Amino acid sequence: MKAKQSLGSRLAEGVGGGLLRVFLIVVGLFWLVPTIGLLVSSLRAPEDIAASGWWKVFTEPSQITFDSYSKLLQNEDITSSLLNTVWITVPATLLVVVIGSLAGYAFAWMEFPGRDWWFLGVVGLLVVPVQVALIPIAELFGKIGIFGSVLGVVLFHVGFGLPFAVFLLRNFFAEIPRELLEAARLDGAGELRLFFRVVMPLGAPAIAALGIFQFLWVWNDLLVALIFSDSGSQPITVALQTQVRQFGNNIDVLAPGAFISMVIPLAVFFAFQRQFVSGVMAGAVK
Amino acid sequence: MTSVSAAGGTKPPAAPKSRKSVTGTRRTVAALFLLPALVLLGALVVYPIGYSVVRSFYDQSGDGFAGIDNYKALFTDEGIRTALKNNIIWVVFAPTIATALGLIFAVLTERVRWGTAFKLVVFMPMAISMLAAGIIFRLVYDQDPDKGVANAVWVGVHDTFAQASAFPKAHPGRESPLKPAGGGAFITTSPVRTGEAVSLPLVGVAPDQMPDGAKAAVAPKPEPDKVTGTTWQDFTRGKGVGALNRVDPSELGYAGMRVEAVKDGKVVASTTAAGDGTFTLPASADGARLRLPANNFKEPYNGLDWLGPSLVTPAIIGSYIWMWAGFAMVLIAAGLASVPRELLEAARVDGASEWQVFRRVTVPLLAPVLAVVAVTLMINVLKIFDLVFIIAPGSSQDDANVLALELYRKGFSEDQPGIASAISVFLLLLVIPVMWFNVRRLRREVRR
Repeated sequence: MKAKQSLGSRLAEGVGGGLLRVFLIVVGLFWLVPTIGLLVSSLRAPEDIAASGWWKVFTEPSQITFDSYSKLLQNEDITSSLLNTVWITVPATLLVVVIGSLAGYAFAWMEFPGRDWWFLGVVGLLVVPVQVALIPIAELFGKIGIFGSVLGVVLFHVGFGLPFAVFLLRNFFAEIPRELLEAARLDGAGELRLFFRVVMPLGAPAIAALGIFQFLWVWNDLLVALIFSDSGSQPITVALQTQVRQFGNNIDVLAPGAFISMVIPLAVFFAFQRQFVSGVMAGAVK
Repeated sequence: MTSVSAAGGTKPPAAPKSRKSVTGTRRTVAALFLLPALVLLGALVVYPIGYSVVRSFYDQSGDGFAGIDNYKALFTDEGIRTALKNNIIWVVFAPTIATALGLIFAVLTERVRWGTAFKLVVFMPMAISMLAAGIIFRLVYDQDPDKGVANAVWVGVHDTFAQASAFPKAHPGRESPLKPAGGGAFITTSPVRTGEAVSLPLVGVAPDQMPDGAKAAVAPKPEPDKVTGTTWQDFTRGKGVGALNRVDPSELGYAGMRVEAVKDGKVVASTTAAGDGTFTLPASADGARLRLPANNFKEPYNGLDWLGPSLVTPAIIGSYIWMWAGFAMVLIAAGLASVPRELLEAARVDGASEWQVFRRVTVPLLAPVLAVVAVTLMINVLKIFDLVFIIAPGSSQDDANVLALELYRKGFSEDQPGIASAISVFLLLLVIPVMWFNVRRLRREVRR
């Protein structure tokens, strides 16, 4: 009786296991195919794209060409907007990390009146939707003359990156063993030295997660740049968005453009999976 | 920041118990450390909140006090009402489906060795921009089944179950022995006899639309006790080339054409034409008239209009789920890792089936994580903008409208900042419960 049962259940398990594998493979394909479609489309000539589906390439591999990419990289609009993306993303990330670390450290280890209330105030700002600030900040930037500039876009991203940065880093810094800080103090370390030599290095994992999260957030942003940049300062997302209006005729610009804009985030994703996951998990509320 | 505690035990620790600063820092130094953050937060986040609230009570030019007119517009303006309705659809469906899929994937990937690779694939879309995802899905949802992969698959499935027609535009030419029989079918004008060869010529199929199996048509040969015939494309390129109602060498047979023999309104025999267009019917067809039924001539099925007015929102929600199911999966998998194995084993030993273990043990244990994931996604979905803005084509963007998109339009292209501010305040009000929850939870921990 017992043997029979185990045989039956083993059989069921085998069939179930096979079904499970098939199911997961199908789902995996579901998730991969859209991206493959974009990649393949970016590697075909516009005439081929107009004539047939991208999967045709598997029967006619000779269709693959890098023409769209080389044309795209000669397109002034695209290359300058790629540079703008870098000019926006790098400062917006560095500023958030530095300013957020300073405040996080102060909230964790310094003594001043109302400290916890200030911190709770910052935590309250975590879920404020960026939409609330679009109109007021557009008017403010207009008045002080930075509307349409890279600086304006950077400032906006810093402002909305800070609540999460302060929250994450304060909590991480608070776990640094007290003795370490006291020892450094006894060795005569000044305030800045303590911060740069002890706190920042010990906080590296949290800072990395924050940096990666903020980097991707800014790199991938469309809405903020759509409003606060102009044709001279627009990042790649905005440049491509203007092309989407005529979707269909310009897939030879859109597909490789979208892929180029994805290369850096995907590289970051694969290189820093662990930090990426913890950053995204902690910051998704934004 | 509801997700942190669920993510893997990174509970916000209490600040050092002693209220005395370790570093014995002077207050001015503390102020200097805090100043940049507080100034930026004040100018870029706090001030705009106040400004938006005030602005939402003023008219569009900003000069006259408007009371609650802008808020009334939230419920009377046609565009905003559609946006509101769609936002509700988004908030109800997107987080639940993404969370459910995340749960299923997290549980199932534990059972295969390549679970990590699977997770990587599903999580990857989190890294790319919604703009790129939007472009990806514009391609996926292309209406033409020869270009958009969604319709290619859909039409493929559809045609497997419903026979595809091969000759959508075929019709009788001049002096044809066939006439329309209603409903798109064609029928011979006179009855057929055994031992007689029948010609069923049609015209109108584009050369590149001919079925792959079509071969040069062969003239019908009479056979005793059988009705034989040929159905073919009676057209040769070039004016006046080829004879009418006769098989010419350059003409192709209608491979696969259905032919029915109809007597007194009943089908007495039927067959399918061979590659060269020839067909043979048994003696029972004697005296019947031959009909080419309508399903030979149906327009080919072209798939769904994914980005048309009625499907556009579900289609965009689909792309959102593609991006965010991985997020749900990773969070839930982290929660699953902390579920004690013994509990699951104990249930199995007690004879619970896998489904029962899942339903009665795993899901209840994961409930807090599931709630956190769903709430996080809801907040995220409330502000959805990029995907709708990019995927919905101009023609159906009104139907796909959501609040964040309407805010952008009202504020930055229709010059109605009063209404736009009211929308933004409305969005803010919706997230205040979460804000309150975050602060309350943290206050307990900070004070501990």
